Amino acid sequence: MLLIPCPWCGDRPHNEFSYTGDATIKRPVDANAPAEDWNAYVFLRDDPKGPHDELWHHVNGCRRFLKVRRDTYTHEILGSAKPHEDITSNEGGAA
Amino acid sequence: MSTQSHRTATGGLVDRTKPINFTFDSQSYQGFQGDSLASALLANGVRLFGRSFKYHRPRGLVSAGSEEPNALMQVGIGAYTEPNLRAPQVELYDGLVAESQNRWPSLSFDVGEINNKMSRLFPAGFYYKTFMWPAKMWMTYEHVIRNAAGLGRSPMEDDPDTYEHHHAHTDVLVVGGGAAGLSAALAAGRSGARVMLVTESPEWGGRLKDGATIDGEPGLQWVQAAIAELSGMDNVTLKVRTMVGCYYDHNMLVMLEKSGDHLTKRDHYTPRQRLWQVRAKRVVIAAGAIERPLVFGNNDKPGVMLMSAVRTYAKRFGAKAGSNAIVFANNDTAYQSALDLKDDGIAIQAIVDPRADGGALTQAAIEAGIEVLTGHVIINAKGGKTVTGAEIMALNADASGVTGEIRIIKGDLICVSGGWTPSVHLHSQAKGKTIFDDALTTFVPGATMQAHVSVGACNGTFVLSAALAEGAKAGAEAASKAGHSGKAGSVPSAEDGPSVTPFPVWDVPLPPHVHLKRFVDLQNDVTADDVALAHRENYLSVEHLKRYTTLGMGTDQGRTSNINGLAIMAQLRGVAIPDVGHTTFRPPFQAISLGAITGPSVGDHFEPIRRTGLHDWHVKNGGKFTTAGLWHRADYYPQAGENKLTASLREAKAVRASVGICDVSSLGKIDVQGPDAAEFINRLYVNGFAKLPVGKARYGVMLREDGHVMDDGTVTRLAENRYVVTTTTANAGPVMTHMEYHSQVVWPELDVHVVSVTEEWSAIAIAGPNSRKLLQKVVTDLDISNEGFAFMAYASCTIAGVIGRMFRISFSGELAFEVAIPADKAVSVWEALMIAGQEYNCIPYGAEALGIMRIEKGHVVGGELNGRTTATDLGFEKMISSKKEFIGRFMLGREGLVAADRMQLVGLKPIDGTSEVPRGAQLVANPQALCPVDMEGEVTSNCISPHVGPIGLGILRQGRDRHGEKIFAHSPVTNQTVEVEICHPHFIDPEGDRVRA
Repeated sequence: MLLIPCPWCGDRPHNEFSYTGDATIKRPVDANAPAEDWNAYVFLRDDPKGPHDELWHHVNGCRRFLKVRRDTYTHEILGSAKPHEDITSNEGGAA
Repeated sequence: MSTQSHRTATGGLVDRTKPINFTFDSQSYQGFQGDSLASALLANGVRLFGRSFKYHRPRGLVSAGSEEPNALMQVGIGAYTEPNLRAPQVELYDGLVAESQNRWPSLSFDVGEINNKMSRLFPAGFYYKTFMWPAKMWMTYEHVIRNAAGLGRSPMEDDPDTYEHHHAHTDVLVVGGGAAGLSAALAAGRSGARVMLVTESPEWGGRLKDGATIDGEPGLQWVQAAIAELSGMDNVTLKVRTMVGCYYDHNMLVMLEKSGDHLTKRDHYTPRQRLWQVRAKRVVIAAGAIERPLVFGNNDKPGVMLMSAVRTYAKRFGAKAGSNAIVFANNDTAYQSALDLKDDGIAIQAIVDPRADGGALTQAAIEAGIEVLTGHVIINAKGGKTVTGAEIMALNADASGVTGEIRIIKGDLICVSGGWTPSVHLHSQAKGKTIFDDALTTFVPGATMQAHVSVGACNGTFVLSAALAEGAKAGAEAASKAGHSGKAGSVPSAEDGPSVTPFPVWDVPLPPHVHLKRFVDLQNDVTADDVALAHRENYLSVEHLKRYTTLGMGTDQGRTSNINGLAIMAQLRGVAIPDVGHTTFRPPFQAISLGAITGPSVGDHFEPIRRTGLHDWHVKNGGKFTTAGLWHRADYYPQAGENKLTASLREAKAVRASVGICDVSSLGKIDVQGPDAAEFINRLYVNGFAKLPVGKARYGVMLREDGHVMDDGTVTRLAENRYVVTTTTANAGPVMTHMEYHSQVVWPELDVHVVSVTEEWSAIAIAGPNSRKLLQKVVTDLDISNEGFAFMAYASCTIAGVIGRMFRISFSGELAFEVAIPADKAVSVWEALMIAGQEYNCIPYGAEALGIMRIEKGHVVGGELNGRTTATDLGFEKMISSKKEFIGRFMLGREGLVAADRMQLVGLKPIDGTSEVPRGAQLVANPQALCPVDMEGEVTSNCISPHVGPIGLGILRQGRDRHGEKIFAHSPVTNQTVEVEICHPHFIDPEGDRVRA
């Protein structure tokens, strides 16, 4: 079970969180953006192996969303941040 | 009562002054305190422990630990019975009742043994080959096969035991209470780290209990001193009977503590088992190793045992597995045991060693008067229900065949040792790599991915002094990495034991034209020939081998068989063993009972119950409940002689005739505040909210980003920058998350805050033509006349003395109001409403009557808001604003979502006027048509209306253009077919005059 560093609550077990997907996708700012942009935002997701920025929701905790950089292969967590901050820490996770 | 005929004269760790009575297959026996079920039965001369899975061959004890493939027992009676327990792991307690498994009518006479005679009919994969046709007979075959090839039976009663869940954090978790584990725990504990040391056995010491010398003293003295020192440390937790089963991500481990299984009677406060979730900074794995059997003819006869097990039973339990033993071993460890066993009254008839020149202890054995046959193998174990001797032949020069004459040596016990397999299970579960050790001819731990290290035998370190040193070093390092660097203390010296390096003879060759069953996997009856068959049929990969032959798929998970099996496959393929590889090690290491996993979450504690502020009133007044998610909602209030149907019909009728009140507290309520609240709300819903004035409510529909309807509800502007939003009961959580996501992640620039207030406010609907008159009696500070408080109005006011919120909204389609009051005041307001309503025959109505009335009005809920319908499908197209942006707007225009043949909301009425519209039915043109049938739509809601008879709602292809057409509602599940007329979904007051009255 992952130990996720919540920027507000500290290290918490992952059963307090729900996974919300890719943190790097952005909603088109222009409502009349091309269909490709909307399609990419709503449906298209990469499945990368290795470090990946994800969005998690501390749903059974502070109910804040957070960004988590997780290695999808080793499950190592390389850092976390508030949704609009950059992940800088390289600490945390196991090993 | 049988005597303990096979006890050693002295010795062992059992307490001979404390006899313990137990039964096995209804026969009474006596053992001693400290015995396992296996050792006590051995001491009583019992050889036959069970029948094999497939062939029903007689089987005896093989091992003394969790690797036991044969001696599976049904233990306990009635609700307490548990199947498939390994006899070596069952601690003896007074009154224990054990039964053998997989035999009928009795263990010694088993009808199923016929399978052995017909074994040519049951090769590997016989399931797939023999019982393929005809397909419909499979259910019959399966029933018979499952009965014949069985394990134990589970109890039919509810589990009367209690279980606990525990969580723990520690710096260092040491798995295993043997030499290496104790050494690691001592070093880590002395360094000041928080240490948890666990062993699955009831006592400490691991194999040191079978005899060893440390610092010139018996090994057990060192164990006792170590435990005494560890017990004195506040930073150390010791746990016996605790099996570490699972190694998950981020060093989270799950362990099962068998806190009560060994007790005759557990008191109320002792749980049977505890499930631990441990988060450890570092883990030291000292899980030991398992001896491998050798594969030769009839090597499954009762009396063929692992050498180390024979030693354990003699040294630890004082139980003799036999009197005259023949040793068959390819390494030195068995020699040492053979020499040591002479003191225990087990005579060694011969040592058969496939190594041409024997080993380091061969000379010592010969000097001790033991006949040693080097370069020889046992090709066949003689005997029926017990071993009576061994057939021995010489190996040829390259060990590929046997030569010379068969020699028979008599004996009642064959002790085998084929080398040792480190227990790399936890290491592998933690995604550690394994590497093949050519000397040990097995896999040992390689690179790790998590914070753990393997020490001692499980790391391939079998020499005692080296294991002690490795443990101490790992313990100190783990403590240091966890931030503790105290003095780790000294490491004891020890006598180095015999070498474990084996000479591999994976399957003993047989003379030409001799066919004997040579078992690789005893539990699943997989023979060397089955592996060869898999090879012939091209199931070459280890994963295919496993699934085709069932090798390693028993409850022992192939502890004793996997290496032998994959080595035989490697031989057949002509490749090295690591090129065959091994299957994946998955948690748990041993079975964890469902009771322990469930823990205290049983019965009423299975899941939380959400009760409204009015729950107790409903109970007191005869309300019957229904569940909506975790909520318990009052469903109906039956009067004498009424059932659910008649009560809810009466309630719905009474509301439309006069007035009723309903607890609608479970609807989600979300408070939205902030300078940008208006903009936020406007972006969430398809309809415009920018111009909603303070003091007004509006019905709204929200979409998911993909254009489908997510939920509906009302939005009320309480103040300039404050709204309260209602959601359906089911979607309260998802809508809350949806709002949080958009406010926190997508539009952080909007200054808005959302909070769920569902539980803070109780909500009561007052509905019916007399609802205003009723309310006017209890509301004194607000004009609620139609002029003063129009449809969709909102105001704060005092209701029966309680300050609350008044909404003029209606779900029932009648003139109606909804009041929201703080949850703790709900009962007083409700009771005041009931009293004020007496003159209008006011009744409480439940969720069922509410449901009837909303179907009569064509209001949509979960069945229609099924995640696949659009606003237009449901008839909300006029609400969709073209003047603003909102979530889902872009995707709403997708081709598929605006297609002409979309399914749309319709009403359904039976043609005969009396048949119910079948629940969940499919709408089809021809119910007699053969499959596949064109499904034009489905029934999403149905009820019997007291006003218009049986009706339903459905979604139907192009339904809105088909009013007046007929179609069939066909339910294969309930075998009902009803012809229905497609109609407008509003059955009552389609113009909506009543709500505005």
